[in-house]
Amino acid sequence: MTATAPGRIALRGISVSFPAGRDDRLVALDGVDLVVEPGQIVALIGPNGSGKSTLLRVVAGLLAPDAGTASIDGRPIDGPDPRVGLVFQEPRLLPWRTTAANIAYPLELAGVARAERDARVATLLGTVGIEAAASQVPSQLSGGMRQRAALARTLALGPRVLLLDEPFSALDELTRERLNLELLAITARTPTTVVLVTHSVQEAIFLADRVVVLSARPGRVAADLRVSLPRPRSFGDLDAAVVSSTAHEIRAALGEAAA
Amino acid sequence: MTALQAGARARAGGLARIPAAAGAAIALVVFIAVWKLIVIISGYPPFILPAPELVAARFISAWADGTIAPHAFRTLYEVALGFGIGAGLALVVGYVLARLPLAERLLSPYLVAAQATPILALAPLLALWFGPGLTAKIVICALIVFFPVAIATMVGVRAVDARLLELARSLRATRWQIVTTLEIPAALPAIFGGLRVGVTLAVVGAIVGEWTGATRGLGVLVNIARGSLFDIPLLFATLLTIALLGIVLYGLVVLVERALVGAR
Ligand SMILES: Nc1ncnc2c1ncn2[C@@H]1O[C@H](COP(=O)(O)OP(=O)(O)O)[C@@H](O)[C@H]1O
Ligand SMILES: [Mg+2]
Repeated sequence: MTATAPGRIALRGISVSFPAGRDDRLVALDGVDLVVEPGQIVALIGPNGSGKSTLLRVVAGLLAPDAGTASIDGRPIDGPDPRVGLVFQEPRLLPWRTTAANIAYPLELAGVARAERDARVATLLGTVGIEAAASQVPSQLSGGMRQRAALARTLALGPRVLLLDEPFSALDELTRERLNLELLAITARTPTTVVLVTHSVQEAIFLADRVVVLSARPGRVAADLRVSLPRPRSFGDLDAAVVSSTAHEIRAALGEAAA
Repeated sequence: MTALQAGARARAGGLARIPAAAGAAIALVVFIAVWKLIVIISGYPPFILPAPELVAARFISAWADGTIAPHAFRTLYEVALGFGIGAGLALVVGYVLARLPLAERLLSPYLVAAQATPILALAPLLALWFGPGLTAKIVICALIVFFPVAIATMVGVRAVDARLLELARSLRATRWQIVTTLEIPAALPAIFGGLRVGVTLAVVGAIVGEWTGATRGLGVLVNIARGSLFDIPLLFATLLTIALLGIVLYGLVVLVERALVGAR
């Protein structure tokens, strides 16, 4: 990885609070420092309400922090950025559009010509394995297919930084594993910086180079653990001794974080 | 399942599956039958309650000899302009009301007051201001259409899922792109609810406007038929024309709605 490779996230002293009742504020994030190197995959794990989604919204430029600086490749984040793609916790598909039209939506907004749009959508449908659902509307899709359509929509603009908010939590085990592998393949093809929120220790270890544990509210970085599992990875690797010791460390940090 | 249950289920399904056109036909037949029955039982003379076949014959002859047509087209013209202008303005104002809370607080008292004042009471004033020509009719029509469409638009735009708006923002949609690709499509079913009410009211508005002074229009023909001509079958034929005009316009709105929303 060269020093100029794009997609470096740098967060320093990020604090976010929300109004809560009269004259009171709920502190969601309290001085979070986090640097993610280009091409790195970081799993973000923490109790409910620890500010994981809030942190992704800061990086996506949807929420300005109360304090601290957030930048990508040295440029301060001052709004949504085409190089950053966010997959929300819910699929958020437009219910009146077909799957293909939903995936084409960001391309349409960006003014990509019809022919190129169609070609890219066809590729993306294949990438996430929902070609058969191309002309169906969201209400006809299973939860897993909707989430895959949402992933394809985010990939449409070819983001350098991919933010995933529990994207696979609604999926069955097999689909989840398939998409985990697909995600690793995508990031191997095009170097992409990934921050993935998950509740699964297994998934965190399988996908990530680093696992960052957030503490219960207010969210702070409680632990930052390296996963020393070589790539490319397969599900067989999950039996290795290193996995169980890493899992043990994560669970210990989570236990302290929740306390 | 027993044969009886199967039969009952088939009957229930059959009744529920009557197409809209068949339903309308049944309603029409029942209406005419009851009408005819009242004529026979009561023995009212034709200048109070003409029999359905008499009205039907007059309806055909008055359309054939050009008694109704110029009045009907005049009213249709007023309705089309009044509805178009009223609904068009209402879409814009409804959107602003939905997105600017201050505008709603400032404007809603006027809107509600205008809506609560009967159009029948306002019409003479509007005729005084805008004269006996086309303008007064269009203003009355537009005014009566405005409220239901504006409120429906406001409610529909407000109900747009905030999470979808955030998605659009994350994709760097411009303000105008959000309006066209997200807010309008999402609010369309609600907007059409308002347009359905509005289009039938537009016909009422045109007739009321014509009563305040006009030389042509179905409202004028109603007065002529009852007054100088004293042709009560023609009066009924005119009422029938007004009702048909409302039904056809309502049907058009539903057709457009089906094309835009129903395909989902
Ligand atoms: N828009 C908001 N307004 C008020 N409170 C919010 C908002 N977004 C999040 N919060 C609060 O901030 C805290 C962190 O939320 P979130 O980032 O969604 O946590 P997580 O994703 O880790 O479960 C929670 O207590 C949540 O209720
Ligand atoms: Mg969350």
